[in-house]
Amino acid sequence: MSTPTLPIENPVASVANPSKYAIEFDNVSIAFDENVVLDGISFQLPHGETKALFGVAGSGKSTLLKLAMGLMPPDSGRIFVLGEEVTRMSEAELFELRRRVGIVFQESALFDSLKVYENVGFRLAEEKTPPDEIERRVREVLRFVELERTYDMYPSELSGGMRRRVAIARAIITQPEVLLYDSPTGGLDPVTSNTIVELIVKQRDVYKTSALMVTHRLQDAFTMATHYFDSAKNQMVAYPKGVRCEVPMSFLILKDGKVIFDGDAQQLAASRDDYIREYIS
Amino acid sequence: MALEIELISPFDVAKDLALAVQEYTLLAARSVANFFRRPLYMGDMLQQADLIGFGSLPIVILTGLSVGALLALNAASTLQRFGGITLIGQLVSLGMVTELGPLITGLMVAGRNASGMASELGSMIVTEQIDAMRALGTDPTKKLVTPRVGATAFMLFFLTIIADLLGLCGGWAVAHLIFGLDSRQYWTSVWQILVFRDVFTGLIKPVLFGFIIATVGCYYGMSTRGGTQGVGRSTTQAVVAASVLILVVDFFVTKLIFAIFGYR
Repeated sequence: MSTPTLPIENPVASVANPSKYAIEFDNVSIAFDENVVLDGISFQLPHGETKALFGVAGSGKSTLLKLAMGLMPPDSGRIFVLGEEVTRMSEAELFELRRRVGIVFQESALFDSLKVYENVGFRLAEEKTPPDEIERRVREVLRFVELERTYDMYPSELSGGMRRRVAIARAIITQPEVLLYDSPTGGLDPVTSNTIVELIVKQRDVYKTSALMVTHRLQDAFTMATHYFDSAKNQMVAYPKGVRCEVPMSFLILKDGKVIFDGDAQQLAASRDDYIREYIS
Repeated sequence: MALEIELISPFDVAKDLALAVQEYTLLAARSVANFFRRPLYMGDMLQQADLIGFGSLPIVILTGLSVGALLALNAASTLQRFGGITLIGQLVSLGMVTELGPLITGLMVAGRNASGMASELGSMIVTEQIDAMRALGTDPTKKLVTPRVGATAFMLFFLTIIADLLGLCGGWAVAHLIFGLDSRQYWTSVWQILVFRDVFTGLIKPVLFGFIIATVGCYYGMSTRGGTQGVGRSTTQAVVAASVLILVVDFFVTKLIFAIFGYR
């Protein structure tokens, strides 16, 4: 699949950020009643890198994204996003930071009473962008996800895959420095999943956006680790076999609330840990 | 299968109640404070005013007319025995303007709109739309709660005036058409009995009731847990809590106004 290029006014905004990491978790724990979900989690996401998060259902992957977004506070530990300590910020300060971060929710979380163009242009409308400018940018970003025809439709009129792509369009319209994807390909057919993976790879390679991606589909993450986006061909291309890829892509595996693996595809493939071997087999 | 009964400690119940009161108070205070902070969502407020105000007009018209007519009908049978049928206008006027107009309108709008707000916001909570709004850098209390509070308080004021007027018309219909009271006599007694205190009481209450309906509806909506079943629970609780709170506040406001202005 080839996707049109999204024109951007300020490409690679993250490079200008002085902080070393886009996201940093430092000994973060959270429990719901007696159930400890995350237990002393520490990891870093360098600028421009995409990190795929794995773990069984209920292992705290979605919670981890919500913590990074400041949508819920941890019980202990510190979280830094774009150099700002999220865990010490007030809700009002978080609203400012969230404008620099995009998130795609597991069930898309589109506003069902608003049309697609209102959903996608929501953040621009909140920033009092002129209506003409909003329309231009909404159309551009919908063209990017190949859904321009849905401009005037309600979310309930779209399929699951289309809703997911609209959610991606809503997340990227302001060209955030960091993107958080919560199971972007979950429950979708292989063709639609591949379309979404290509969009994520394009966002990573063309716009150098840092991203945390929760997924259950190991094959999606391996596709992302073995492919790059070729701007000339305007499509995702696989690295030739035998070539060691320098893809800004890493993997993080959670088990029982702890990080049991944090490394790249080669390290993952070479791991001797029984649980990891079983997981990737 | 053995039936398992989970015992809940009274201390936990009291703690949950205190927490709910605290969260409700914070939400209500924030919804008012947001009127003085930018951005003010005037478009959303107008949309809510249309939904709450014009949407509630049919039930307010019907209940206003019915209550006024019933009040006159019930009072007339007693007044007629003492030859005081000419006082019917005074009774309907005082009853509608100071008490029944605001109360019945408040309860009707609570039934219609507190439930609507709780189910709408509750659905947004369970489908992560509220989280999405926060993630997009927008404060849901500013965007969703404050416009509803402003619109309900504003529109309930006018809905109550309409209910009062229609109640008086209902009373007139009964007094004139059934008991043969002269129209001029009825409307003169309606007008003459009312003093500033009565009108003030009758117009301050809908503003307070509107505030209660919207804040309670939004509170239950925003604190929804547990999927679609939770949305249903929040909806029911919002109507019950708003109605009870309206009745309790009505009593204390009436008492306070009597304490300030003195008894008639």
